[in-house]
Amino acid sequence: MKLNDRLAADLDGSFEAFVRSHQDAVYSAALRLTLSRTDAEDVAQDVFVRAYKALCGFDRERILALSTKPWLARITLNVVRNKARTNGRRPQTTALDVDPADTAPGPDSKAVEADGHAALIDKLAALPDIYRGPVVLRHAYGLSYDEVAEVLGRPVGTVKAQVSRALQTLKESS
Amino acid sequence: MNATADRSRTDSLDALDSLDAAPPALLDNVLHAVGLADEYAPWPSPVGDVFVAWNARGISCLSLAGPDPTEFESYFRTRVRRPLRVGDGPPSRVRAALDRRLSGKSGPTFADLRIVTPFERDVLECTARIPAGEARPYGWVAREIGRPGAVRAVGTALKHNPVPLLIPCHRVVRSDGRIGEYALGGPGNKRLLLTLEGVPVDDLEPVKGFVGSDTTHIFCLPWCRYDRKVSEVHRVSFRNQAEAEAAGYRPCKHCRPVA
Repeated sequence: MKLNDRLAADLDGSFEAFVRSHQDAVYSAALRLTLSRTDAEDVAQDVFVRAYKALCGFDRERILALSTKPWLARITLNVVRNKARTNGRRPQTTALDVDPADTAPGPDSKAVEADGHAALIDKLAALPDIYRGPVVLRHAYGLSYDEVAEVLGRPVGTVKAQVSRALQTLKESS
Repeated sequence: MNATADRSRTDSLDALDSLDAAPPALLDNVLHAVGLADEYAPWPSPVGDVFVAWNARGISCLSLAGPDPTEFESYFRTRVRRPLRVGDGPPSRVRAALDRRLSGKSGPTFADLRIVTPFERDVLECTARIPAGEARPYGWVAREIGRPGAVRAVGTALKHNPVPLLIPCHRVVRSDGRIGEYALGGPGNKRLLLTLEGVPVDDLEPVKGFVGSDTTHIFCLPWCRYDRKVSEVHRVSFRNQAEAEAAGYRPCKHCRPVA
């Protein structure tokens, strides 16, 4: 039975399986967009809570017709944007959140076990916002160009160019 | 370009594509936040320590705390069939909901009654509206929910109340004036709770009719708070509704003694 069918038939009974099947992708996308492990966890949790609440209000046909992956990507982008806005508005809170004992190698160093990972986070941080969304959705999250274009509301050609330019920048900046 | 730089470049692009595993707590936290998993903790109730389980939708299960918490866990899993974990003590809205109910203050019930049948839900929601310091017969609950013949079924539904204290099933007593059974530790606890709330447990009269006041011309159930305010000289009894109405009395709007 497809996951969409199960969600439509018994949301409460199948939601755990739904989270399991998408959590790594959503978390990875959130990590590459927020560049912080703590923020990524908050974002991913919020994404699934929002998804659940939305699914509660959807009728059967809408759930059956739902492309869950692009839909979750859309929610993730919204939550990341809201999170950035709140963090910007309350920078003192974020600063206090950091445990001093934790800061020695940088609060997000746990995110970067591998050398490649550390480099990636640095490079993504340097990437302009307009490129980060497309490249993360296409490469880490794994949407097709068409889906990325639809989720971002940009033309497919633009998205392809942005992904390609982002990859070029990531390669060159090593 | 040297080999190290080259490797770092490939690694970081690989890292872009390779997924990070979500933290193990993520799934748990999501399920709790949407009410698909519960937490529990002890809470000191007037009848001794109880375990109370809750989720985002409300208090889902409450039972006397024995020495072995795994007993409560297995009771919860059989009864509620959701994941359960130990919480850091009941959060303030759980404590507030219980305090509010036992002290007779108004406010939302904050009960998660997803596991009960529609009939049981009607019974429990009706019972939740009985004020502290008063009692009602089982038959009154049956009539209030529009099922006047289902008196025994009301008793059974209250026996299976998943959240005693929060849904004050101790305020539903027998129409013969005896207090009846109580699932949370037996009738002794029911007596204690009613006494603490100021119900004159030992003087509960059998509901064989109604009582009224000849100053207000209102008739009540004998366990209504307004009946208790009527002084002996002004107190009149009626065998039934027809007799009360023939004498020009109207039913109390608080305890709704008749349909």
